[in-house]
Amino acid sequence: MKLITGIFQSTLGRKYIMAVSGAALVFFVVGHLMGNLQIFLGREVINAYGEFLHSVPELLWGARIGLLAMVGLHIWSAVSLSNDNKAARPIAYENWNPTAASYASRTMLMSGLIIATFIIYHLLHYTLQVPGINFTGQDFGTFEELRAGHDPRHDVYRMMVVGFSQPLVALFYICAIGLLCLHLSHGVSAAFQSLGLKSKTWAPILDKGAKVFAIVVFVGYASIPTAVLLGLGKEVMK
Amino acid sequence: MANKLNLTLKVWRQDNAADGGRFETYPARGIDEDMSFLEMLDVVNEELIEDGKEPIAFDSDCREGICGTCSLVINGIPHGGRKGTTACQLHMRNFKDGQTISIEPWRARAFPVIRDLIVDRSAFDRIIQVGGFVSVRTGGTPDANSMPISKEVSDKAMDAAQCIGCGACVAACKNGSAMLFVAAKVSHLNLLPQGKPEKTRRAERMVWKMDEEGFGGCSVTGSCEAVCPKEISLDFIAKLNRDFALSVFK
Amino acid sequence: MSLNSNIPSGPLAQKWDQHKFDLKLVNPANKRKFEVIVVGSGLAGASSAATLAELGYRVKCFCYQDSPRRAHSIAAQGGINAAKNYQNDGDSVYRLFYDTIKGGDFRSREANVYRLAQVSVNIIDQCVAQGVPFAREYGGLLDNRSFGGAQVSRTFYARGQTGQQLLLGAYSALSRQIGLGTVQMYPRTEMLDLVIVDGHAKGIITRDLTNGKIERHAADAVILATGGYGNVFFLSTNAVGCNVTASYRAHKRGAFFANPCYTQIHPTCIPVSGDHQSKLTLMSESLRNDGRVWVPKKKEDCRKRAADIAEADRDYYLERKYPSFGNLAPRDISSRAAKEVCDEGRGVGPSGLGVYLDFGDAIKRLGENKIRERYGNLFDMYECITGENAYRQPMRIFPAVHYTMGGLWVDYHLMSNLPGLFVLGEANFSDHGANRLGASALMQGLADGYFVIPYTIANYFATSKQKCPSTDHPSFKQAEENVTGIASRLLGIKGKRTVRSFHRELGKLVWEKCGMARSKESLEAALKRIPELREEFWQNVNVPGSGQSLNQSLEYAGRVADFMEFAELLCTDALNRDESCGGHFRVEHQTEDGEALRHDDKFAHVSAWEFKGVGNKPELHKEELVYENVHMSTRSYK
Repeated sequence: MKLITGIFQSTLGRKYIMAVSGAALVFFVVGHLMGNLQIFLGREVINAYGEFLHSVPELLWGARIGLLAMVGLHIWSAVSLSNDNKAARPIAYENWNPTAASYASRTMLMSGLIIATFIIYHLLHYTLQVPGINFTGQDFGTFEELRAGHDPRHDVYRMMVVGFSQPLVALFYICAIGLLCLHLSHGVSAAFQSLGLKSKTWAPILDKGAKVFAIVVFVGYASIPTAVLLGLGKEVMK
Repeated sequence: MANKLNLTLKVWRQDNAADGGRFETYPARGIDEDMSFLEMLDVVNEELIEDGKEPIAFDSDCREGICGTCSLVINGIPHGGRKGTTACQLHMRNFKDGQTISIEPWRARAFPVIRDLIVDRSAFDRIIQVGGFVSVRTGGTPDANSMPISKEVSDKAMDAAQCIGCGACVAACKNGSAMLFVAAKVSHLNLLPQGKPEKTRRAERMVWKMDEEGFGGCSVTGSCEAVCPKEISLDFIAKLNRDFALSVFK
Repeated sequence: MSLNSNIPSGPLAQKWDQHKFDLKLVNPANKRKFEVIVVGSGLAGASSAATLAELGYRVKCFCYQDSPRRAHSIAAQGGINAAKNYQNDGDSVYRLFYDTIKGGDFRSREANVYRLAQVSVNIIDQCVAQGVPFAREYGGLLDNRSFGGAQVSRTFYARGQTGQQLLLGAYSALSRQIGLGTVQMYPRTEMLDLVIVDGHAKGIITRDLTNGKIERHAADAVILATGGYGNVFFLSTNAVGCNVTASYRAHKRGAFFANPCYTQIHPTCIPVSGDHQSKLTLMSESLRNDGRVWVPKKKEDCRKRAADIAEADRDYYLERKYPSFGNLAPRDISSRAAKEVCDEGRGVGPSGLGVYLDFGDAIKRLGENKIRERYGNLFDMYECITGENAYRQPMRIFPAVHYTMGGLWVDYHLMSNLPGLFVLGEANFSDHGANRLGASALMQGLADGYFVIPYTIANYFATSKQKCPSTDHPSFKQAEENVTGIASRLLGIKGKRTVRSFHRELGKLVWEKCGMARSKESLEAALKRIPELREEFWQNVNVPGSGQSLNQSLEYAGRVADFMEFAELLCTDALNRDESCGGHFRVEHQTEDGEALRHDDKFAHVSAWEFKGVGNKPELHKEELVYENVHMSTRSYK
């Protein structure tokens, strides 16, 4: 009982939830990036990777449900803490100077909620492949790579290229990744703090490390739509 | 001779807890730059009284930066933004002639305004009352040198113990969080061998009390550390997070 | 009425131990039947409230601050003395006793001071057990430093904020009891009268400062731990809220005020910068361990920058006059020496009221880092206030009122002449004689609260047959009417001058006429002027607002009204004590070298004054001081 209330009710406990779920999501962000970057290795490689991911549905669904749970916990803890935090300052300052508080740290809820909206779109776009929202007039669900001697498999490569060739979608994607980067630049080092894993010696390393990490993530993800807009995979755009 | 400044003050006035409150503007003329900020307010108050008005109520006592009584948000920053300085030690040479200065009380649900710039910080006392002590009684204690404590540990405990309980951390935090205060208090005792027997109990009880008093949570923005007149480190918040986790998972 | 100090008989070293055995006890089950009021929450107040509650008494504790943790004990910087002899440098209980008696210029009670030295060792043990982070050496044991008036290192310290750390220790013990429900705490509450029932102190009248509510509180005993009266000088190192009201109103109810003329002027404060100044800031005396005090030899050099004055043209006057104690000469002597050189026109700084405290040599010898480690916070504070960097140029310092040795008269039990009224810490007169040594105030406050009052108050309860009265008793009604009467009178004047302007004028007068040097003429002039000023105050003060809300002007006016009367008592005592001793320097009584000249034949006594009505001369009662163990020598720090 003490364990449950300690974690789910206290401010510190909810920060633990936020930090742990955030860490899980960061691992996903890195893994997903690793997967996506295979687009630069060619159609063969990334399609094989997609096929591999779908080869064991139990694992795939386990991961998906786990991730959704993490997203849920992350958002729940954020919203519930944020409500408490707002209630703790019922009258705002007239003339406010945030001193040391960085822009990222002050806008975590907003950046987080926009990212959540993006994730919904992103899932509809590439996971559920709802045709109406990709603004290309094509149905990604029908993209298949035909290979001699094998069953046809889903053409992830073509889906990504076609998807990002729509400039507005690509722009939205890059913006969302930018916000994610902002979110991570504060969130990663704050997670260490919330879990009590930070000390004076490590603080500057973690703070800078989080920023570097966020930039790497941004460059990694943003490179894909950028490359597509610059002409990557033109050959599949028939 | 010291330079003189002419300033405009925009001050929060509120008759009592029930009153809605409002800003009022007062001139502060011929202010000596060697004055402390509070001495400048004394001068303005003298003029208000002479004009038949009620003076601005604000808290202060030692006026040497150690009692933690003064509590003004000056131009949006608790204690005015000079590093490691309380409002009573902030001198007017840090301001420019002609400047407009806004003065507001600490703003937090847990620190209700009593009058003008005076707030009720008794929530801090109540947090201490549930665990901010070592449970020893007077007498029967061992010789002070019977328990060697390494200089590093003792210095670190002292770093935390420097907290003057002014509440600037709460005032600066966008969440009105008291984490830096509680962390400093818990860490001071939890670092020392004398405080070890009650380590997790202390962290647990003080954190729960902090939540109950209506302070917000920590978003690790670091504003508290930046305005703390004793420059208490965010490190102690990490330590509090650890100590509380130990109590939860024990 | 003769004053009975109740000093136990027997050899000095055994008096306290034997007396503790002789004192009557209250059995544990009966303790909860007794209610104790503690006014003040500094070292003495918080430690006594916590300790009495731990023993089982029901305690109510009052303070004017918003939290008991903010009492002005918090501002003590340097340290606390204890005869631990951890340094193996020849310290002992007897030596601490002797240094304190001598430092007090042979005007304190032997038995009290010996007890203080005895329990000093317990205080350190107690504080360490509470988690007070005293400075330590690399080996893990406690570090010590030396302080003025002593040739041993017996001072324990916690950076530059020993007072805060000790107070937080006492406050944590008090908070624990509040949490346990054994102490009821009343912050932002001011005591405005003492209630006497059948000759015994049995309650107080208070004002809730947040809403003006006047309340009656009854108890079996009242403890005052309300600090000193330094703010009668307007400018002092005391907090702006420090006041004499609780003590003085008890005095008006019959408690004798002892030795009010013993006021301590601290040598190392930051000089006054202008008329606007609301308080003075002390720099810990510990600075004198490494700093050298000097002024230019020639008046004409005073306007030069310190760095431009050649070594040969500097007068290190403390080292010159007191070669064996040098810069660590006791406070009264150092302060007066500074006044002398400034009177000669050799003072430095814009006002000419300052001397240099130079760390140049220490920085050369130890390096800037070592100095920063020892005194960094003090140097920062100095820079914050003056805008000058003391690593690069010498500090400027000047003496300021810092502590008051006088206070309500108490016997060996710390009980005043009014039974049931106990007075602890700076508020009593008992242990420091005519001058207090550095790092002894913290020691006395905690000794009284932790280790003396628990024994002596039990004796009062066990021997007194007076029960706690009801607050409906006529004495309460009368005292409450007195309190409301003062407030409505103050609010009704609606004059032209602010309370502060009166306080400033009074303070300036007392400082000039009854400050570092006093004379018959100056004191008589003060005694003529004070009643006039008081008269004007009651005719012309402007106290805005009402009594039914938070009203800082009203609080302040009540305190200044008491200072207006108290200043007269202070000067009366100073005029009566026709000798120089410790902090009381009468220019008529000095040696050829300008040192204080005591007259032990006429003045080896405590002057306890009985209130006889406002404007009437108080009645003097003398308690002779008997020295059985130490020889009353002339203090020499040469």
